[in-house]
Amino acid sequence: MENFGYTVIVPFLLFISFLLIGLAGGKFKPALSGIAGTFSVLVCTVVSYITAFSYFSGAGLVNDVYQKIIPYNTEWMRFTDKLVINMGILLDPISVMMLVVISTVSLMVHIYSLGYMKGDSGYSRYFSFLSLFTFSMIGLVISTNIFQTYVFWELVGVSSYLLIGHYYQKPSAVSASKKAFVVTRFADLGFLLGILILSNITGTFDYSILTDPNGSALTQGSAISFMGLSVMTWALILVFMGCAGKSAMFPLHIWLPDAMEGPTPVSALIHAATMVVAGVFLVARLFPLYALSAPAALHLVGYVGAFTSLFAAIIACTQTDIKRILAFSTISQIGLMMLALGVSDFGGEKGLGYMASMFHLFNHAMFKALLFLCAGSVIHAVHSNEMNGMGGLRKFMPVTHITFLVACLAIAGIPPFSGFFSKDEILVAAYEKDFLLFIVSMIIAGLTAFYMFRLYFSVFWNKASDYKTAPHESPLNMAVPLMFLAFASLITGFIPFSKFVTADGKGFETHIHWGIALPAVGIALAGIFTAMVIYKKESDLPQRIKASLGSLYSLVYKKFYIDEIYIFITKKIIFNGISTPVAWFDRKVVDNTMNGIAAVTNFVSVKIKSFQSGQLQQYAYVMVSGMIIIILFVLYLWNK
Amino acid sequence: MDILTLLLIVPVLTVIAIIISRTQNQIRMSAAVGMGIQLIQTVNLIFAYLAERRNGNIDDMLFVKSWMWFKSFNIQFSIGVDGISVALIALTGIVIFTGVLTSWKVDNLSKEFFISLIVLTTGVFGFFISLDLFTMFLFFELAVIPMYLLIGVWGSGPKEYAAMKLTLMLMGASALLLLGILGLYVNSSAAPGGLMTFNIIELSKLNIPIEVQRIFFPMLFIGFGVLGALFPFHTWSPDGHSSAPTAVSMLHAGVLMKMGGYGCLRVAMFLMPDAANEMGWIFIVLTSISVVYGAFGAIVQKDLKYINAYSSVSHCGLVLFAILMSDKISTNGAVLQMISHGLMTALFFALIGMIYERTHTRDIRFMGGLMKVIPFLAVGYMIAGLASLGLPGLSGFVAEMNIFVGAFQHADTFHRIATVVVCSSIVITAVYILRVVATLLLGPVKNNDFNLIKDAIWFERATVVILIIAIAGIGMAPMWLSDFISNSLNPIINKLSMIK
Repeated sequence: MENFGYTVIVPFLLFISFLLIGLAGGKFKPALSGIAGTFSVLVCTVVSYITAFSYFSGAGLVNDVYQKIIPYNTEWMRFTDKLVINMGILLDPISVMMLVVISTVSLMVHIYSLGYMKGDSGYSRYFSFLSLFTFSMIGLVISTNIFQTYVFWELVGVSSYLLIGHYYQKPSAVSASKKAFVVTRFADLGFLLGILILSNITGTFDYSILTDPNGSALTQGSAISFMGLSVMTWALILVFMGCAGKSAMFPLHIWLPDAMEGPTPVSALIHAATMVVAGVFLVARLFPLYALSAPAALHLVGYVGAFTSLFAAIIACTQTDIKRILAFSTISQIGLMMLALGVSDFGGEKGLGYMASMFHLFNHAMFKALLFLCAGSVIHAVHSNEMNGMGGLRKFMPVTHITFLVACLAIAGIPPFSGFFSKDEILVAAYEKDFLLFIVSMIIAGLTAFYMFRLYFSVFWNKASDYKTAPHESPLNMAVPLMFLAFASLITGFIPFSKFVTADGKGFETHIHWGIALPAVGIALAGIFTAMVIYKKESDLPQRIKASLGSLYSLVYKKFYIDEIYIFITKKIIFNGISTPVAWFDRKVVDNTMNGIAAVTNFVSVKIKSFQSGQLQQYAYVMVSGMIIIILFVLYLWNK
Repeated sequence: MDILTLLLIVPVLTVIAIIISRTQNQIRMSAAVGMGIQLIQTVNLIFAYLAERRNGNIDDMLFVKSWMWFKSFNIQFSIGVDGISVALIALTGIVIFTGVLTSWKVDNLSKEFFISLIVLTTGVFGFFISLDLFTMFLFFELAVIPMYLLIGVWGSGPKEYAAMKLTLMLMGASALLLLGILGLYVNSSAAPGGLMTFNIIELSKLNIPIEVQRIFFPMLFIGFGVLGALFPFHTWSPDGHSSAPTAVSMLHAGVLMKMGGYGCLRVAMFLMPDAANEMGWIFIVLTSISVVYGAFGAIVQKDLKYINAYSSVSHCGLVLFAILMSDKISTNGAVLQMISHGLMTALFFALIGMIYERTHTRDIRFMGGLMKVIPFLAVGYMIAGLASLGLPGLSGFVAEMNIFVGAFQHADTFHRIATVVVCSSIVITAVYILRVVATLLLGPVKNNDFNLIKDAIWFERATVVILIIAIAGIGMAPMWLSDFISNSLNPIINKLSMIK
């Protein structure tokens, strides 16, 4: 078996590139830092492809089962002999797949950014953070233990914070970055507690022990129960809380739409293709635990995913900022991946949901990155995010138009684009397990097609606005990534994923279930058709629909007022309700008590001072009166 | 001359050099050179310590020296170090060196300033190497008293009030400490009428009756706890820090507060384990409050130094909390946290001082967009903030994770709940750190005068770089420091767990 030692290059190179660009970036020409970053990612992409090719072509196989290979593992922090944080590389089907996804999208985003960010004052800072992010994300997926995941989990969080706040002089970007960090930090608290409980009951952080389907970790902790659920279930629910934060599941989704304040390529890389699917990845990583040891937690994953997916899809139908529509669409698609995990079992063909989820993750990364990059290209051309101010762009930007259409068809699930294949598997898995979730995913499929084509028709068809300067097609270094990703969206559906990426490492055969695929495609086409009728030509139909829905429309448009609820909690309860009283209490009560003690001491000493007057008569007077009091007291006791 | 005594002699020589210096430049050069030598010595001490350990020396304390001082009371001047004290000595070395660098521009009574500063440091070094409670107490006082002058003379704002408050509260603590130390002393003879001792090592071998421990454990724990900002005895901290000059804030939060944690561990817990186990819960409640309360308190503050003072209450509360867990992992975390907090809070205060010199305000409401005008300092502040909120790769994370994992080893509900409460501080910390970073550094430049200010000059850059290297070094390769400390914890932990 090949030992894959060379994969160490990937994180190492990226880290060096981060440090180099970060520390010396100001010294040399901006363009050089962009090229340095892109070059290091290019090398990583090549290494990742070689790894993936050799892993899936047999080097990872033993007895037809894909093995977990650990080419490198070093001790980073030791708590006890068993509780050790290692920094290492774990190769298994999902981590190798993620390597390919991350390096591909990152490379495309790097190339695209060379053009998109040109002339930006923070050019080299931008590229150094991109390297940091790519490094952290790769570190996350190749983790050999859950604590390593947590370490990199925090690092991707901070890189996301830094990149959302790239335009740091813009107050909205600053508050969006803050919001993203705080919300995910809150979720990470759950993740951390989950790790603590998990390590406490299993005595290890190590994935190879934790997720061994025949191992002892699975059975531990199921005996002890707390509030009706086993401790293991609680631990996994807490870990899922972390996943929900990172993957923007309801009710922790609020940071993602705001995160669109960052540069658009960043949204493509972090907030569409890679970081936001980290939650899905982690559930998949711990899948044996979820499926075999805590099915209740897995149910929760599925239902939270389904609800979020539907919820976000509905909101996406009303938004007008093109990046926000894509953000809600991302939330919705990630919800679908969670749903797929939720309806999956472990092992064999029962693990269809798992495989479908990973398949969708892979396809989604490609077409969603493409959508964002196209959106970036549009924004670059018209200098606005607002959909209502656009229209008729197909004439000005043919490449963007065609690639955007490809991505829309892929996400809507129209054959032969990639989304069709993975969505079909998800629907089948849901159909076999849970009919309610199946219906929900069907509805989502329809809504997805509708809102994506609403966006497509509004931007590229409809009536052309009066642009001040005529929009122009993006330069070649921005167009090439679009074409590459469009090509990927066209072909990745044909990858026989079920042979490679499965819950238990054993491949199986799948085929298209036309009985489910045909209705699904039908619904999607209906969605597209509706969007075409309403938005392709200029008409007052959208306004009429909006008016007829009235307050329902504004409820959805305002995203169900979830943001307002959060502002209430943070501003009114935490800031005004807890922090201000604490600060007041500290100054007025605690501190004044301390000052009070000093004041009393002072007061008493001033009073006592007068006793030592040096006047003999006064001393005699006090002494005599004291004696009299004592004598009276003694007499009193005597008589009693 | 042996290695530990030199740690005390070099500062004394430095003070003499400063006294005979004539010009401003000579004064600060002698201070910087002296403390530079001191820093080299502490590094040398680390290597000497490691070499000794490699040679198979398994004594609890190394480089032990003892001289009889007052024979009739059996007071000795005894010194020695283990991994914990060496680590804290190294911290002190770094902080004082950078402290002198940041004070480069002090020109008001600079001779007296540097003398007080270095006398204070001598007290700190002496405290960490003492093995005798009496000398330890002496050095403790030596560190506290110059503080009064440093704040009262060179401070800002209501400096007399702050100096008086700080000194009185610490003196109150000293009174408790003195009582506690004497209490231990009079109960230290094995047989009635036998020889009594102040020596920590000898005391630790005794079995002091539980009744005695019950009286003196709270005294010593609170006595040291005041210095470690134990709720509700922390109120000197916000006022003291906000009035103190930069270098003094750095030393005070960076090092002096660590004396509290070190004392709690080395004296209160180590010498009176029965009472620690029995009464620990009271202090666990108090420290849990400290951690959360300090963090909540920091959210609404407007003065940069107040924010940091409250943040220190929270972080130092974590140190005491971890010590009280009497678990090896968490105690290891406590020592790591002391060092980590020492470095990052020194960095914070240094940066606040530098920013204040430029903007002439510390009120964050009037500031904004500093990233644009002073990027070097702003990035430094950001890194300090990220370390403070526990970003992996910087020192805070390692310390916190040790504390949480260690504390979670206790299986009972009380400890579990306390741990969860304390863990929640990571979220609150993120809130106040990001709030400061956002209002202070990011956004548009609020005040047009700020556009004229200049970025850091050489000694400021040196301070920031040294501290950041230390923070990132610990954060990226934590095993080295953790191994360095953890073996020295064994005597303490064994003693604590023997009781259970």
